Amino acid sequence: MISFKNVNKRYPDGFNALKNIVFAIEAGEMVLVTGHSGAGKSTLLRLIAAIERPTYGSVIVNGQDTRQLKKSAIPFLRRNIGLVFQDHKILFDRNVFENVLLPLQIGGFDIKVAARRVRAALDKVGLLKREKAYPITLSGGERQRLCIARAVVHRPSILIADEPTGNLDVDYARDIMDMFKSFHQVGVTVLIATHDATLLEDKQQYRILALAQGELAA
Amino acid sequence: MMSAWLNQHWHALFFALKQFISAPFASLLSIVVIGIAFSLPVGVYTLLINMQAYSGQITEAPQLSLFFKLNPNESEVEEIRQRLENHSLVTSLQFVSKELALQQLAQSDGLADVVGNLGHNPLPDAFVVTAHGVAAEDLERLRAVMLQWPAIDYVQFDAAWAMRLDALLKLGRLGVILLATLLSLAMVVVIFNTIRMQILTKRDEIEVSKLIGATDSFIRRPFLYFGAIQGLAGGITAWLIIALGIHVINNELVVLSELYAVDFHLKHLATKDFISLLLFSAWLGWLGARLSVAGYLWQIEPK
Repeated sequence: MISFKNVNKRYPDGFNALKNIVFAIEAGEMVLVTGHSGAGKSTLLRLIAAIERPTYGSVIVNGQDTRQLKKSAIPFLRRNIGLVFQDHKILFDRNVFENVLLPLQIGGFDIKVAARRVRAALDKVGLLKREKAYPITLSGGERQRLCIARAVVHRPSILIADEPTGNLDVDYARDIMDMFKSFHQVGVTVLIATHDATLLEDKQQYRILALAQGELAA
Repeated sequence: MMSAWLNQHWHALFFALKQFISAPFASLLSIVVIGIAFSLPVGVYTLLINMQAYSGQITEAPQLSLFFKLNPNESEVEEIRQRLENHSLVTSLQFVSKELALQQLAQSDGLADVVGNLGHNPLPDAFVVTAHGVAAEDLERLRAVMLQWPAIDYVQFDAAWAMRLDALLKLGRLGVILLATLLSLAMVVVIFNTIRMQILTKRDEIEVSKLIGATDSFIRRPFLYFGAIQGLAGGITAWLIIALGIHVINNELVVLSELYAVDFHLKHLATKDFISLLLFSAWLGWLGARLSVAGYLWQIEPK
């Protein structure tokens, strides 16, 4: 489903974010990408969503090489991926419902079908009662869940989350992790980047990709 | 697939209209600016169309009058008649003898006494010739040739002034095109700037949309609708300004028409021209928006 072949990413300022990364993730796997901040976790996730392209090597997602992908094909690659951003990227000028609706509007869904799906997604993350609320009134944990609802509402086959438990206390973080597990259980391929040790209690359950200074530990 | 496309267009149109409602004063202001800018070329054009309709009536069948020297003999008149009848540009001719001319003059208001007091008939015999609707230069040349004919004293080209007006109107048309080009450019710039401001307030939305799989056309669409609607509204405003202007001028012309006993009033823009105006202004709005969004999308494209 996702494979990296000798991937290098060097930024224009000369910084080598990733060095010779090789791995493959099968459909339906749940993978944790770990490492200190600056280890290259975010870069790795951004390469999968074709937000950035590798300097060398190839990143293949759903059988498509992101480096050879035409600019016009990238949106369609991304529609197969749900993204949970580190900084949430919630739109503050619209309410919870409208935030989650956005991916479906982009996909051109009929409004009735879309509304049903939005409510289902909000129900899954426990925000159904707050669909009319504006993001400014939400707590940190609620914003994170809103971001997750938006990432899964269009039912992507890959779910990618960058530090989803970043600023949350332990209980909240566990809730969020449980949510990802439930998506994994219904067959979604899940990738989570984290430096949060608390998530690693039951790490034997998942595959771990440990990054250190841009290199994959054995 | 078709319904997805329609849904996306509804969505874009909805957002464009929402944009209008969220900033009604600013939107109205730019519509008025566009309307005023556009009313200038449209107004001049309307005026030209009206003058052209008027001069066209005269120039369609221009007349030449050939006046004889005093007392030509029969063979001289016959010779000229022959030449005119054989001339390719002449469509009809009529001989006006000096007696007939005097009679006609006597019938004119207030001139009967004057004619009665004349001891003799001072008028010359004449031919009145109607020519094909040809260019003013050709008729001027024809006039020069006829002047050389025997027994002809003077040739008058009645429609000369109308022909010159016609030529002037052609120049005016060029002026309208130049004016319209210039102001169209200004309109594109106005819309470009309006959309640029809007994009700045929607940067987050655009960024997020792109990240979760929006195509460039999805991002562009609401702005294109907005630009086109604004252009269209500007076009309608321009038309309203002109229609109001025509109405006011016509009210004054009524008085003038009565004084001179002629029916002269300005006509409104033809439906065909009206629709062209709206389509063109909407297109300009679309173009301004398109350029503006293209510039922004290019800016945020990861290099």
